[in-house]
Amino acid sequence: MIALLVEAASWTFLLLGAFLVLVGALGLVRMPDFYTRLHPAGITDSLGADFILTGLVLQAGFSLVTVKLFLIGAFLFFTSPTSTHAIANAALVAGLKPRHAVVPPRPPEKATQDEEAR
Amino acid sequence: MRLKTMTHTLGLGLAMFALWLLLSGHYTPLLLSFGVASCALIVLIAARLDVIDHEAVPLHLSFGYFGYLAWLGKEIAKSNWDVAKIVLDPKLPISPTMVWVPATQRTDVGKVIYANSITLTPGTVSVEIEHDRILVHAITREAAEGLESGDMDRRVDQIEAR
Amino acid sequence: MFAATAIALLVAMVLALVRLYAGPSLYDRVLAANSFGTKTVLLIAVMGFLTGRPDFLDIALLYALLNFIGTIAVLKFFRYRSLGDAVEEKAASRNKEASQ
Repeated sequence: MIALLVEAASWTFLLLGAFLVLVGALGLVRMPDFYTRLHPAGITDSLGADFILTGLVLQAGFSLVTVKLFLIGAFLFFTSPTSTHAIANAALVAGLKPRHAVVPPRPPEKATQDEEAR
Repeated sequence: MRLKTMTHTLGLGLAMFALWLLLSGHYTPLLLSFGVASCALIVLIAARLDVIDHEAVPLHLSFGYFGYLAWLGKEIAKSNWDVAKIVLDPKLPISPTMVWVPATQRTDVGKVIYANSITLTPGTVSVEIEHDRILVHAITREAAEGLESGDMDRRVDQIEAR
Repeated sequence: MFAATAIALLVAMVLALVRLYAGPSLYDRVLAANSFGTKTVLLIAVMGFLTGRPDFLDIALLYALLNFIGTIAVLKFFRYRSLGDAVEEKAASRNKEASQ
């Protein structure tokens, strides 16, 4: 009974994860400009990957394999936002303008009051 | 000061050896000694590079982090659902917004945690970090407003304070 | 079911390739390549289970790290046109430009 439940949960996670990865990839193609494309890519990286790995963990039972799956999850968890930020930052520094949003000016700090007056 | 460096060095070595044990799966004396040797070599290189400090070995991050992770997981699930709905909507109802969000964390590690959390939740991406604020690109205005309420900022402050 | 997941991942990878080909900017391509890499990691893991050889997970683990470092290296090259030293000064001057 328990085994059946674990099996069912595992398939649910795998299929949900696969679905989310597909949605993320679809968004990557559909979105109109670079900065909006970052967001669907984030779906794949965060919940899509986590669901698929959770599904696999449930399949694997408890062994060294589970530990490796957890490590893959942890690496993706820490590196994927970092690389997304690096890509976005590189694009901004290189002068790629978002097509559908304005880059807001830096809010004035206490030292630079004159910028506000301008 | 010296004692602290010792603790960090030891912590790094032990953490790496634990990782090695988990990944290897072979526990014969020969291979174990290879593992110890490789961990020692890497600790030596890290010490020569002078990168062993509280950033490389964050021993001070406490168990409050796990509570935050649970909360973050919930937020990630919610915003994933929102973005997935947007992608699957034939009309593609996006309203991209860029805002500066204040980051009130004291340490660099705190700011990194905050910026990474922003990027990890789909719908918001941190584009630039300055010393006390983060430029965020949000896919909808609502996502940007949710961040501007400062809830996540406060929570990161809390795990930092502990 | 592993097969279904693997097929979904493959379709998603093809979509990422479409974006990689269509561009239009350099950064779209880096993003697509990075996303493709993440999917590759998942595909390798799933294939390991599909073929009953969990050793594949070691490769997936390695690929996850390589993918990250590769993306960062490419971006660094785009930004500074160099992967080696002398980056510090360029970074400083670049930051000065950006802040002006």
